[in-house]
Amino acid sequence: MDSLLQFIFSGMTVGAVYALVALGFTIIYNASDVVNFAQGEFVMLGGMITVFAHQAGLPLPLAAVLAIVITAGVGVALNKLAIEPARGAPVVSLIIITIGASILIQGATQLIFDKQLHRFPAFSGDDPVRVMGATILPQSLWVIAGAVLVFVGLWLFFTRTLTGKAVLATANNRVAAQLVGINTGWVMTLSFGLSAAIGALAGVLATPITLVSYDVGVALALKGFAAAMLGGMGNPKGALVGGLVLGLLEALTAGYLSSQYKDAVAFLVILGVLFVMPQGIFGKKSTERV
Amino acid sequence: MKLLTRTTLAVLATGVAFPLAAQAEIRLGASVSATGPAAFLGDPEAKTIQMMVEQINASGGIDGEEIALSLYDDGGDPNKARTFATRLVEDDEVVAIIGGSTTGTTMSILDVAEDEGIPFVSLAGAISIIDPVREYVFKTPHTDRMACEKIFTDMQAQGITKIGLISGTDGFGASMQAQCKEVAGDHGIEIVADETYGPQDADVTPQLTRIRNSEGVQAVLNPGFGQGPAIVTRNFDQLGFEIPLYQSHGVASNAFIELAGAESAEGVRLPGTALLIAELLDESDPQYQVVTDYTAAYKEKYNQEPSTFAGYAHDAVMLVVDAIKRAGEAEPDAIRDALEETQNFVGTTGTYSFSPEDHLGLDLTAFRMLEISDGDWKQLN
Repeated sequence: MDSLLQFIFSGMTVGAVYALVALGFTIIYNASDVVNFAQGEFVMLGGMITVFAHQAGLPLPLAAVLAIVITAGVGVALNKLAIEPARGAPVVSLIIITIGASILIQGATQLIFDKQLHRFPAFSGDDPVRVMGATILPQSLWVIAGAVLVFVGLWLFFTRTLTGKAVLATANNRVAAQLVGINTGWVMTLSFGLSAAIGALAGVLATPITLVSYDVGVALALKGFAAAMLGGMGNPKGALVGGLVLGLLEALTAGYLSSQYKDAVAFLVILGVLFVMPQGIFGKKSTERV
Repeated sequence: MKLLTRTTLAVLATGVAFPLAAQAEIRLGASVSATGPAAFLGDPEAKTIQMMVEQINASGGIDGEEIALSLYDDGGDPNKARTFATRLVEDDEVVAIIGGSTTGTTMSILDVAEDEGIPFVSLAGAISIIDPVREYVFKTPHTDRMACEKIFTDMQAQGITKIGLISGTDGFGASMQAQCKEVAGDHGIEIVADETYGPQDADVTPQLTRIRNSEGVQAVLNPGFGQGPAIVTRNFDQLGFEIPLYQSHGVASNAFIELAGAESAEGVRLPGTALLIAELLDESDPQYQVVTDYTAAYKEKYNQEPSTFAGYAHDAVMLVVDAIKRAGEAEPDAIRDALEETQNFVGTTGTYSFSPEDHLGLDLTAFRMLEISDGDWKQLN
């Protein structure tokens, strides 16, 4: 029993990180149908900038805010310098541009900062919380809370605010959106800024657990992408559930089957789900007329 | 990225001071993984190689001849390493090669070195580099098999017979896991749990829980490097284990204590080199001088502590320089022969004595069993 609970705690910890990364994918995807593969780099930047700002003497909360603001700026710059000039290109080209951006950001990070691993202190100490023989770190609770808050925020944003609806409208039909007075250029800028900020927040929350170096982004982006696909791309609820399910799958496989097959089992389950539900668990059915 | 790599290379290349007065010069080649997934190995290695060459040239070179260094960054890519090795031999006409931060890149370079008859000192860990012995290939790091033996010897002394293994699935972790399983029996150690984790995993409590539930487990050993061992150590502490945790030489650096946290790392044991405990070394220690001088110089130049891996590069450069001095000429075959005749050469990793049958030249005394206590290293005797 206490073993099962430990596996669940482990899965929630890892899953909440995946969920935060997956949530970051949703805004850009909803605005442009682009899966932004530089999302993992936003997470990495959030962690790295916080580390170095903190080392330079800023208090941790201030360093974290600075990291989120700078990363949002990087997101906006990515849109202005790489995505906007390629407007009208097919979505696949835009996705490849984001892969290029991810490599560029990694290279720049190792030149500007360094190639070492880093972490900063957990927000509420390292004394584990004990529940019925199992333990969870306070920082995991921060990550889980962060994922839930971002989810609620995004869900309200897309369903209750005019700006959120403008984002969805832009993805749906850019020309029509412009005709009804939506400034689609601004919507894209906002989407990249917000996505990057969410990514950076994930980095800030997760770094005390996962550690950070210039190259952690790729693996995070892949796991986050898998989680988003499982839950339904572009759906905040899907990102949250997908992330947690993926984390739990890995932890339970490692605990009950074998750690060797952890990643394989997780991906097999995802494939299985997508065979039955190609849109993901909460994805919208889309029909295309031919 | 290509552009970035090129600029890095340009920067690396300009780090070499070419003498204005054209004397005869000794051409030394190097290819390390200064960027890419093995950057934490190659970056301190590249810095060390540059620093050593500058130092030697500043003090008048080798018998009055300056060293001209050609240093390339292969980014951990075996194909690039092969290209650079070929370039070093054919275009730069080097007389010896140092490098191969990883076993993968080393295997590429050693093919070229063997074909062209250029002595090559590798900085990678795997035993297969020097076993079977190849004529022109030497290496400075301990093998992971030696690390396993050192750890198991210590366990034996503690009366430990049953252990749980938790290994990284990266090259280093997988290789050491296999070597440890091979030699465990020789030391009366039974592996009762054999778990793994991915190099980027953020939580390994399920694997550790399985180990804890294994019958009669008396210690846990974690072969791995990078972030994995820090996470294993933190989770180990989180779960409140009452048995000792052993780490490998792959995390023998102060950065590991920082990442894992002094509290979590308390009591962790691992085999490390003299370099790691430079401050603790007795002045009578044979390695005292070389370790202290090198650490001081590195800290002054780069403002950070040299890692064990940086020490491997230091030893490789000094072994080649020593061989050139003894050979009296900078010709590849003469250097190779002089390298093989090296006896009792004191480096940061240990004391090297090569022979035609042994191109590593270290024994278990090169490792020191260390324990982390109060956020610092303590030598166990």
